[in-house]
Amino acid sequence: MYKIVKKEKLVEDIDRFYLKAPLIARKAKAGQFVVIRINEDGERIPLTIAGYNRSNGIISIVSMRVGKTTSLLSSLREGDNILDVVGPLGNASEIENFGRVICVGGGVGVAPIFPIARELKKIGNYVISIIGARSKDLLILKEEMEDTSDELYICSDDGSIGYHGFVSDFLKEYLEKNLTGNADKKKDKRITRIIAIGPALMMASVAEVTKPFNIKTIVSLNSIMVDGTGMCGACRVEVGGKTKFVCVNGPEFDAHQINFELLLSRQKTYCDHEKECMDLYKHKCRLPE
Amino acid sequence: MTKRIDKRNIKKEKIPRVAMPEQDPEKRNKNFNEVTLGYTEEDALREASRCLQCKNPECIEGCPVEIDIKGFIKLIQEKKFNEALEKIRERNSLPAICGRVCPQEDQCEKVCILGIKDDPVAIGRLERYVADRELKRKAEGVKECAWSEITKQCAREKIAIIGSGPGGLTCGSELAKLGYRVTIFEALHKSGGVLVYGIPEFRLPKEIVRREIDYVRSLGVKIEVNMVIGKILTLDDLFSEGFKAVFIATGAGLPYFMGIPGENLNGVYSANEYLTRSNLMKAYKFPRCDTPIIRGDKVAVVGGGNVAMDSARVAKRLGAKHVYLIYRRSEEEMPARNEEIEHAREEGIEFKLLASPVEIIGKDGWVHKVRCIKMKLGEPDDSGRRRPLPVEGSEFDIEIDVVVMAIGQGPNPLLTSTVPHLNLTRWRNIKAEAVTGKTNIKGVFAGGDIVTGAATVILAMGAGKSAAAAIDEYIRTGIW
Repeated sequence: MYKIVKKEKLVEDIDRFYLKAPLIARKAKAGQFVVIRINEDGERIPLTIAGYNRSNGIISIVSMRVGKTTSLLSSLREGDNILDVVGPLGNASEIENFGRVICVGGGVGVAPIFPIARELKKIGNYVISIIGARSKDLLILKEEMEDTSDELYICSDDGSIGYHGFVSDFLKEYLEKNLTGNADKKKDKRITRIIAIGPALMMASVAEVTKPFNIKTIVSLNSIMVDGTGMCGACRVEVGGKTKFVCVNGPEFDAHQINFELLLSRQKTYCDHEKECMDLYKHKCRLPE
Repeated sequence: MTKRIDKRNIKKEKIPRVAMPEQDPEKRNKNFNEVTLGYTEEDALREASRCLQCKNPECIEGCPVEIDIKGFIKLIQEKKFNEALEKIRERNSLPAICGRVCPQEDQCEKVCILGIKDDPVAIGRLERYVADRELKRKAEGVKECAWSEITKQCAREKIAIIGSGPGGLTCGSELAKLGYRVTIFEALHKSGGVLVYGIPEFRLPKEIVRREIDYVRSLGVKIEVNMVIGKILTLDDLFSEGFKAVFIATGAGLPYFMGIPGENLNGVYSANEYLTRSNLMKAYKFPRCDTPIIRGDKVAVVGGGNVAMDSARVAKRLGAKHVYLIYRRSEEEMPARNEEIEHAREEGIEFKLLASPVEIIGKDGWVHKVRCIKMKLGEPDDSGRRRPLPVEGSEFDIEIDVVVMAIGQGPNPLLTSTVPHLNLTRWRNIKAEAVTGKTNIKGVFAGGDIVTGAATVILAMGAGKSAAAAIDEYIRTGIW
């Protein structure tokens, strides 16, 4: 049993939960995740560790309401318990002084990007962050990202705040502006690493944008998982033509090696089931459509 | 004058081996209830009476944990059922489980002396009867023995066990009986290992597993779930926290795939995933339980072991019209228990023997067809079985919606990769001494599938038991 000690509504449909999990908090590193199961009939789902406090034993997770389990999670309150939380799972992010790095976060992906940006900054990188959401009202962790980045750019699909367009569109313009043309200018502005987290389509677009610039781009994959410890293979993806398990070989991989088409296809495996489950849940809770 | 009856001349009425009542195949292939229904008291007494109570029994040696088989059957004959259970429990902490899943036909029953001229005594069925009888009567909610009570008795050293499958549970219960303070760390959210995620409900009801594990807890064993050692705590952390020895029993938790094209299409499962969804996460109850599973109309299960049989029989129960079991050798070479093969056949599983998939063909990202090639048997390979060889030009396609790869499970590297100085075999199993389970690291023992590769519940239990004795000796003497 893991107690929700604090719950914050970040924006519509996105909540941050602080959980009492001292052993996980002690070992967690940026980039790792936990697998949670809310109740006895529940499924196991992975959620990135958005924050951890080693001294008070609290970890935080950020969840966006999309289906039954995340809806159930969003209905929980402070003082409620999550039945099972296991972690920290996956490999931690590679945190080194790469030089000038770009951190890209899309939608709820800004939550896992934040601890990574913070660690990269701590170790001496010059951190350029690009964060985006569908609209101004759905943008999360703006202040936190401002505090931790040397440069911060905001994008919105509907133009209600910052750049009007996707984070990948902004990134393309940024790279073209700063890395092409004058050789001296290029040298100062050279980007040595990009890390992007968000919906699979967004990460695929970022990979496409950065490939011609030859910049090492890391993404954190969000495949379907069951155990999260490498025993079932539900999360398998193709990286560099080989099959890898996101839960134990990842969750971060070289974006230019990933078969995104396969990832997107495999993510759709249970669409029908997800809808059936959600419809039943909505009916039970009489949630508005 | 009364005639003295010479007992030696009275021919004992020859009683045939008492059949196990079972659900009808066409009924049971649509539900997840236990297939075998268990003996009645009458059945058990009748079967027990067949036991010759041999002066020099072979059955005990045939048992990997050396249960006093002759002894417990005698107690059944005398209707002393509780004592019979205690007799079994002297050697085996999980009798309701072993009575169901042990391959007795390869162990105790194989060497039963009655079996020389007749059918052997149904030792497994008797073990199950005695265990089930007690579970039925026992009050619910066996309490975990408070550690304070144990420390009053004898506060012995702390031992850590990694994995709550049959190996870990057995090692834990043996050490607890000796007074050690045992903690078992389990990665999943439920304890039992393969007993809960691998073996289906209809072969091993989870309620039975839960109650057997309650018994282990009642001996004083502490089980902590959601603890992935290697991630939340390292092996070094365990020693720092005061554990004096560690037994690694993490099992065979790495799925093997064939490496053929199309294996990552939607609808292709490893048997581990398929069974974990169905057994542990109860996907067969979806949408009452949230974990989904794809219920194909035409399912192909690749493999010939117990895991393949389990997968095929689950697929049938999930509603598949056709379940094909594709195996590259012939039936004689199948490693699965005969009982499981028979049950599968009765339930309508269609065996496609001497065939092997070469490609999974997809449509819109989903499995559509499996292309197989016919096989013929050549000379024996390392396992002693005849090597399967493809017959050139014999490819054929079957229309399939779901494929389950049940071709074997290997050692999960999650723990071993975090202990670089732990010696492994070239297959990445842990190198451990045969009986003691000693690894190359002082204080670290290992046993079960993580050492031997995928095997049986009872062999893991045997390893757990002998490792417990070795751990006890190491702690007492300090000699490594």
